[in-house]
Parts: sequence; structure tokens; C-alpha cells
Amino acid sequence: MTATARGDRRPWVLLTPALTAVTLLLVIPACFIVVYSFWLRTGTGAEQAGFYLDNWREVLTDPFYRDILGQTLRIAGISTLVCALLGYMPAYFIAYTRFRHRAYLLLLLMLPFWISYIIRTMSWISILGVSGAVNALLQWLGIIDEPLQMLYNEPSVILGLVHFLLPFMILNIYVSLDGIDRSLTDAAKSLGCTGWQAFREVTLPLSLPGLAAGCLLCFVLGAGTYITPMILGGPTDAMFANLVYEAIITQLNWPLGSALSLVLLALLGGLVAIYTRYLGIDQIAKSFR
Amino acid sequence: MADNGNAVELRGVVKRFDDFVALRRADLDVPEGSFVTFLGPSGCGKTTTLRMIAGLLDPSEGDILVKGRRINDVPIHRRNLGLVFQNYALFPHKSIFDNVAFGLKYRRVSRSEVTRRVREALALVRLPDVEERLPIQLSGGQQQRIALARAIVFEPDVLLLDEPLSALDANLREEMRIELKRIQRELGIATIFVTHDQSEALAMSDKVVVMNHGVIEQEGTPEAVYNEPATAFVADFLGHSNILPARVRGREGDYYRVALEDTGMEILTAAGNAGPLETGAPVRLVLRAERLRLGDGHEHRDGDTLLNARVDTVDYQGQLARYFLSVAGMQLQAINAIDRRPFAEGATVQVRVRGDDCVILHGHGD
Ligand SMILES: Nc1ncnc2c1ncn2[C@@H]1O[C@H](COP(=O)(O)OP(=O)(O)OP(=O)(O)O)[C@@H](O)[C@H]1O
Ligand SMILES: [Mg+2]
Repeated sequence: MTATARGDRRPWVLLTPALTAVTLLLVIPACFIVVYSFWLRTGTGAEQAGFYLDNWREVLTDPFYRDILGQTLRIAGISTLVCALLGYMPAYFIAYTRFRHRAYLLLLLMLPFWISYIIRTMSWISILGVSGAVNALLQWLGIIDEPLQMLYNEPSVILGLVHFLLPFMILNIYVSLDGIDRSLTDAAKSLGCTGWQAFREVTLPLSLPGLAAGCLLCFVLGAGTYITPMILGGPTDAMFANLVYEAIITQLNWPLGSALSLVLLALLGGLVAIYTRYLGIDQIAKSFR
Repeated sequence: MADNGNAVELRGVVKRFDDFVALRRADLDVPEGSFVTFLGPSGCGKTTTLRMIAGLLDPSEGDILVKGRRINDVPIHRRNLGLVFQNYALFPHKSIFDNVAFGLKYRRVSRSEVTRRVREALALVRLPDVEERLPIQLSGGQQQRIALARAIVFEPDVLLLDEPLSALDANLREEMRIELKRIQRELGIATIFVTHDQSEALAMSDKVVVMNHGVIEQEGTPEAVYNEPATAFVADFLGHSNILPARVRGREGDYYRVALEDTGMEILTAAGNAGPLETGAPVRLVLRAERLRLGDGHEHRDGDTLLNARVDTVDYQGQLARYFLSVAGMQLQAINAIDRRPFAEGATVQVRVRGDDCVILHGHGD
């Protein structure tokens, strides 16, 4: 490092408020969680400070946790894939529409965020529930006699997640599509591509960073959720964050909950690290901008 | 259809955007192998015209012919035209080789042939050693060359360039201008070049098409549009001109004697292409700033008019100076080479107006 670079403290001065906030609100509590995970809850329900590996042994060896983790990754993965497939078209439409008030389309995309996530999730009950709109309609039309059981299974959890995650995916893809120079597709066409070929040669590859960033965001958000499976899932559709919730809120077993949440944190953190390593942090940062 | 030696023809082409007319009924020939420039101020419709030829825009009316074939309904990817964009539009995710090879990929050319032709094109633009690189690893001038190589590698019928040099700095621009002309000659490909830079247009073209507000004001060789402007706009846009309302006094051999409206001053003007003019007819006299000769005292020659002027302002430009003069209350501008030092402000000078340098335009205009 050069002398000037070392001597210039301004960046650090400017970063101080942010770093302080992150340290106080994130790093220190996270350290508490790490410490907690080595404590022990005794049979009486009291917590015993110390350095016990019991929680970790249970979390890392019990196949129950492994299965739920696998289920979590599967549900998050499928939801992400569905979001990617469903999200590309609207993103493309918003980016390339000649509609003059494109900003309103983006605003429309944000609209769901004005309503509580829990309420949005619960709205599916009145749509797909036993006495929900779809069943009522089908029964009224005489197509079915008995109401269909459409909720409280894995597909309904995925449905809820897709509903929640889709705007994030669309925004990420939109940003990268919007950044593509329009003359590139013109150039490709002038060189002999049909519109579809130009899309495959130019637009799609250049929008992949946005798609990748969207996938990462959706996967991480999806894998960390516990509200959707709680509201729309059945008894066997718990996701990993539900276990954390269960341990901490229901059983008041903070040491076990800490260990569980650290496992999820490590897994998703590792995924982000691999992802950025592979794609380059700049690419992902560009799409988040 | 009969081949009349034109690479591109526009027949009554009109382009409207809603109510706005971007191009008014244009008729134009681009002869085979020639270098034609669209020249005009910003917004005059140059790009619009070029994009219609390229197939990126549909004309509202009229026909566009390439090599005698009407191509209005031929989609862009089957037009076989080489296009170079102002911002180069190289594919950022493809290597230079793949960029240049792109047009061949969609033309069913064998792999060995692709390699050979890409190498040939890169040699032609004098950048043989960059095949493996990405566009971002090249300088602006180099990217420009690659864009050109990409546009010519598949032997297009016509090369279309939209202000390809305007993103380059002045020196590089001049170098690329010469280079571009060399490549065009070597390939003998009909080329349409869009620019708003008159020196570019005059230096490179076989034919200059001067446009203004969607109208083709004049087309002709660089000398013709420069020396014999057909409209006041052309006279003013190419170089600096004094355009003075006047009235015809009478004919004197090859010259008309005209009297300036403002001052009544009489000036002899070459009849040239002006055609027959009645005495008393309103005209405009075009005096090119660089054709007015300033001196301390000129010898009188036939066909000349000598005017006494005072130097109001001097705009010193190194080897040239631009003078703002007043002649009997009338303002004129003159651009002269500087002989050691320019005339001082406030000095009295004599201006020689050669009749052969004057151009007459009919009417007083608007
Ligand atoms: N898609 C469009 N919709 C409406 N008007 C347009 C459109 N494209 C161009 N125009 C208008 O047509 C006119 C000509 O535009 P054009 O791009 O051809 O100008 P130009 O001569 O290339 O100018 P420049 O030197 O600035 O590139 C302009 O007034 C422009 O505003
Ligand atoms: Mg233009």
C-alpha cells in the first residue's frame, strides 16, 4: 500500500456510522448467538453457561435436522426456479415496453410490499382454502361436490414463496435488461440474426448476471423463511427456520435455537460466498444497484 | 429489375413519427462503389434515413432499393448491409474474434473459411493480434476498427456508418478518417456515412447530401456543394458565409451587377448557374468569408469589387483569423490566412470581392 493510501483516513471516517451500526446491531448479537450455542439447557429448563458441545452434536448428527435442511433447500430451490421462469417475461416486458409511463409499471411491482407479508400470505387461505374462492366457484359450477384440499402441502408453500419472491426476481432481471445497450440487438440483427436469435446471442447472456443475482436473493430469502410454511404448510412441511422458531419461541431452548440458526447462517453464507466467487462480486453488485 | 449502377436508391421516401415529419419525400441515388455522406445539423433526419435503409425503421411512404431490388419488406437480417454504430455496439461478452465472426456464423460459412475471413478483415483494419481479447480491453479507436471489421467481413452490399468517428478525439478522428477511406477504396463498397462534421464530409465523400429539417437541400460533389451552394442553408452550413439580400441591376457579360438592399452598394457577381434574372429581381448574394481578400490596397481587376471596411473584431485562430468588418454600416465576416500578423481592430482595410467567388440565390428567402 502506498503512503498516501495508508494516510488517507477519510473513507474510514465516512464509514464509521455504518460500521458502528453494523457492529452494534449485527456483529455483537451474532457473537452472543455463537456463545449461546455452546450453553446447555438442563432438564429443569434452566440455562447453564459454559462450553458444551451437546447442541452442536445433536444438530449435526440427528437425521431429523438433516432431512428438514434438505427439504428447506428443495423448497427454496424450486421456488427460485419457478420465480426465474415466471419472472423473466415480465421483466423483459417492463424493460422493453414502449409504454410511456414505465415507472408506474415498476411501482406496480412494488405495490405488494405495502401490504404486510403475513396478510399477503394469509390471503391464499381465502383463495384456495376449503371455503375459499376457488372451491366455492368450482362447487357452484358443479365441477366438484366436495371441496378440494389445495392448501397445507408443499406446493402451497412453494406458491406462497413464489408470490413473495417474484418481485425481487423481476426487479433484478429488469435492472440488468435495462442496462443492455439497445444498439447491440440492432447490430446482431444487421449481422443476420432474427429477433429470437438476437435475444439468444445478446440479450439473454447479458442479462444473466441479473438473473443470477435474482436467484441468489430469492434462494436466500426463501430458505430463511418460516412464516410461509407456518401459514400455508402442513405439519410435515416445516422449513429450517421453523425449527429455530420452535426451539426459541416455543421450547425456550435458546442454546439449541442458536446452534440451529448458525447452521442455516453458515450454509447460506457459504452459498453467497461461492456464488460471488464464481460470478464475481461486481456482477452481482451491479444488479443490486 | 434493371441494374442502373446504383447500390441504394430512395424513391419518394417519407418518414413520419406521429405528426412529426422526420424525412420529407427524399429521392436519392448512391452509385455503386461510391462514398456518400449525409451531412446536416442535429435532428435533421440523417440517422432516421440511415436506419430506414438499414431496416431498423419502416418508411411511412416511398421505396428503398438496394442493387435495384425493392427491400421495404425485407427484414433487416436478410438485407445484407454492414452497419457501424456511433457507440460501436460490440458484443461485450464475446471475444474480438467472435464479434467479427458473428455475421459469418449466420451465413453458413465453413469454420476454416470463417477463420480465414476474420483474419483477413482484422488485417484490413490493421489489428491482427487482438482476436482473443474482449472489447473492453481495446481502446476507443481499436473498438471502432473492430466494429468496421465486423461490418465488412461478410461482404455486405452496402456499408452504413452512423457518425462512426464522433466518439474519437480529434487526432484519432483524422487518422481513422483516412483509414476508413482507404478501406472503402480497397473494398470498392458503396458506403453511406452520416456526420454533422463538414470537414469529414468534404474530405471523404464522392457525394455530399446536405440535409436540413428532413429535407435534402442539395446533393453533389464536395466542390459543388461548397462552391455552388443551392440554398442559403447550404451556404451557411458549409463554412462561413455572408448572405446579403440584393437586387439585380443588370447583366454585364458573364456577370450580373447587383445592388445590396441595405446600402445600395453595387457588386459584380458571376452569372454562373444563376440562370436568367430580370432587372430588379430580388436575390441573395452569398459571399464566402474565406473568399473575401483583405488588403491595404488592391489592384483593380475585371470582375472585382473593392470595398473599404473597418475591422471591428478579430478572432485569432493561429494560421487563420476571422474578421468581423463593417462596410458602410453593413456587417461582413472574412476569414483570411495571417500574413505574419493579423490586421488590428479598428484598422481600415480594403476588401476584394471577386465576382467569380460570388453565388446568387433567387429570391429573398423567408
Ligand atoms: N422514434 C422517434 N419518435 C419520434 N421522433 C423521432 C424518433 N426518432 C427520431 N425522431 C425525430 O426525428 C428527427 C430526426 O432525428 P434523427 O435521429 O434522424 O436526427 P439526426 O440527423 O441523426 O441528428 P443527430 O446528428 O443529432 O444524430 C429528430 O427531430 C428526432 O427528434
Ligand atoms: Mg443521428
